Amino acid sequence: MYHTILIRYGEISLKGRNRSKFEDLLINNIKFALKDLPYQSIKKAYGRIYIDCSSNWEAVVDALQRVFGIVSLSPVFKTELELDAIKKAAQTLMENAQGSTFKINARRPNKHFPLTSMEMNQELGGFVLRNFPHLKVDVHHPQIELHVELRNEAAYLYHTIIPGLGGMPVGSAGKGFLLLSGGIDSPVAGYLTLKRGVNLEAVHFHSYPFTSERSKQKVIDLAQILANYAGRGEIKLWVVYFTEIQKALQRSKYPELNITLMRRLMLKISERLAKRENALALITGDSLGQVASQTMESIHTINAVTNMPIFRPLIGLDKQEIVDLAVKIGTYETSILPYEDCCTVFVPRNPATKPRIDQVLEAESQYDLEALIAEAVEKTECLTVTKSVELF
Amino acid sequence: MLQVYLDNSATTPVDPQVVAAMEPYWQTQFGNPSSPHRLGIEAESVLSQCRKFLAQLFNVRADELYFTSGGTESNNLAILGYAYAQYQPGHIITSKIEHLSVLNPIAHLEESCGWRVSRLPADRWGKIDPQSVAEAISPDTALISIMLVNNEIGSIQAVEQIGQIIAAANRNRRQKIVFHVDACQALGSVPIDIKGSKIDLLSVSGHKIFGPKGTGLLYIKDGLLLRPLLFGGGQEGGLRSGTENLPGIVGLAKACELAFKEFEKNKAAVAELKDRLILQLLEIPDSLLNSPADGADHIISVRFAGIKGEVLVHFLEQHGVYVSMGAACSSRKSSISHVLKAIGLTPDEAAATIRIGLSPKLTTAQIDYAAEKIAASVAEVRSIYG
Repeated sequence: MYHTILIRYGEISLKGRNRSKFEDLLINNIKFALKDLPYQSIKKAYGRIYIDCSSNWEAVVDALQRVFGIVSLSPVFKTELELDAIKKAAQTLMENAQGSTFKINARRPNKHFPLTSMEMNQELGGFVLRNFPHLKVDVHHPQIELHVELRNEAAYLYHTIIPGLGGMPVGSAGKGFLLLSGGIDSPVAGYLTLKRGVNLEAVHFHSYPFTSERSKQKVIDLAQILANYAGRGEIKLWVVYFTEIQKALQRSKYPELNITLMRRLMLKISERLAKRENALALITGDSLGQVASQTMESIHTINAVTNMPIFRPLIGLDKQEIVDLAVKIGTYETSILPYEDCCTVFVPRNPATKPRIDQVLEAESQYDLEALIAEAVEKTECLTVTKSVELF
Repeated sequence: MLQVYLDNSATTPVDPQVVAAMEPYWQTQFGNPSSPHRLGIEAESVLSQCRKFLAQLFNVRADELYFTSGGTESNNLAILGYAYAQYQPGHIITSKIEHLSVLNPIAHLEESCGWRVSRLPADRWGKIDPQSVAEAISPDTALISIMLVNNEIGSIQAVEQIGQIIAAANRNRRQKIVFHVDACQALGSVPIDIKGSKIDLLSVSGHKIFGPKGTGLLYIKDGLLLRPLLFGGGQEGGLRSGTENLPGIVGLAKACELAFKEFEKNKAAVAELKDRLILQLLEIPDSLLNSPADGADHIISVRFAGIKGEVLVHFLEQHGVYVSMGAACSSRKSSISHVLKAIGLTPDEAAATIRIGLSPKLTTAQIDYAAEKIAASVAEVRSIYG
């Protein structure tokens, strides 16, 4: 029944001279999100974005709710600049509204319209009261607020405000590399960095044949879910050949340090890939104190391997908060599938919770690290994971 | 690279003769057996021929055979369909090593419908003592469900003896105990004698015997009343509504024909392959068989101390050798097979287990190649884990 979707965006309108660049990026991302949906046009006007779509507006709204940078949206009823037509539209909208109190909120950018905003409020308020005897006016806390915007070309009416994801348009913040494990946490960390506009690529460490092809497929599936939130509907996934490193670690004289060594190698390899691909930061799903490798001592020792900034958006979240977010973004069900990742096959019985740098350097001196890293990077495979499924 | 598929107890490739038999029923004789016109009548006639043909093979009456979507549906229909037809909940006897498509419907009856259940233990070799069946029978026992061949370790149950025990018990009972046998893993490998074993309900699956997936059969002894699980157009005597899967049914009939016709030949071939492979597997240090010596020829369950079966599976697939495992060894969720647990294996022993499913189509060269790769992979994994 609606004709137009009105989109509000918050933060990006504050960004001074970059504003129109951000707006264009958001519009581009919206176009990608609506690629397979019918709509007539996307316009930018008065600090908002308007999408004309006469059919399938529910699907359009649904797709827009996965676009970062949108603060809220409203399905809008469009009608002629004529009082009777506006009343008819108001009638239709109020029939579909839930609540017992209301208020009319008219704005008149088009000063040629014969009634002022105040007169419009009174005229329509009276009309609604006459036609909906169960409704009362409440100008302070109305349950239904009917917005009426009188523009040059038409009148726009709406009463529903649907929250968007907020955040910044993906692509506005530079490129980052997410260490994606297949667990619950790292996809959520990826989501939160996408939210801040990061152009995300993912790195996965694959230890086949110690882990199965299914564990790789699981990570592809997770990347596919994240691709729904990525600006262009796709995510690059770098699958690192980690098997030789795992085998080497199994021979270590210091098995209790294996997790620390493994994490340091993962960061080192990710850093190398990230630099090559012009990324500026690494992203991990660490949450302080959750497991042995996430104590402050461990994070300190692991972090020391690279100078690149590491974003840890989950650092202050409890497990349940992370799980709740994973459920909300749709990665949880995939994350809990019981396939092994390289962290579960090779876990030593008693991993060190306070590994010291000097111990770790000593342990690393057993190996020709550069050769191990070079081989892993060399055998890394790059997949482009798209949100749409193509079977045939 | 040689490809050696050793997971035939999970599923089998469709036999080319089965594919050929199904061919006309996709695009030429595609009619709905319920349609009034010539195409429909032809389809109905083919359906009826298939049923009669299978009845000859199993030595039962055609109107005692019902087409289903596979082993799981046959087991569910047998157990739930029979239980739902009773006036009041009673007692069920089954074993701890049945397939989940038997155990789970029974658990449902227990949890939601007030049925009492006895789950008989199996010994170290996966054998159920027939005497324990006799001892478990009580006045309200309505159903006994025992599989013929276990799908994980290949143990064969004394179904004929159990059938005699039930028949003897039934002589003095007004309400007869019904005997269900899951024969999905047995067909083609172990003789099935429905009449001689006093079986009332028998489940068969198509894709375990080189037939198409999504096909199965349930034998229901004449006079036994079951309630349908699927309601609709009333096909299959009202017991299993839904347009008949005619290509699948033709394929199932052909696969069953081959399983019966080539039974002796296949059995001899598989027995030879089994002996050949086992001899080589037992050469590997610290290897032990979980399967009984007198089990079905096509299933070998074996474990290698200190190895994770899941890791071994992935090492072997790199060499084109496909086997299955006894447990997923993920640290997140322990998922040890209930069968291996029931025969007394420890979690470590279950995790160290792989399952090999043989087929008469394998060659000795393939078996030797697989044995060599298993030995090499076990050695390699052991060297890495130290």
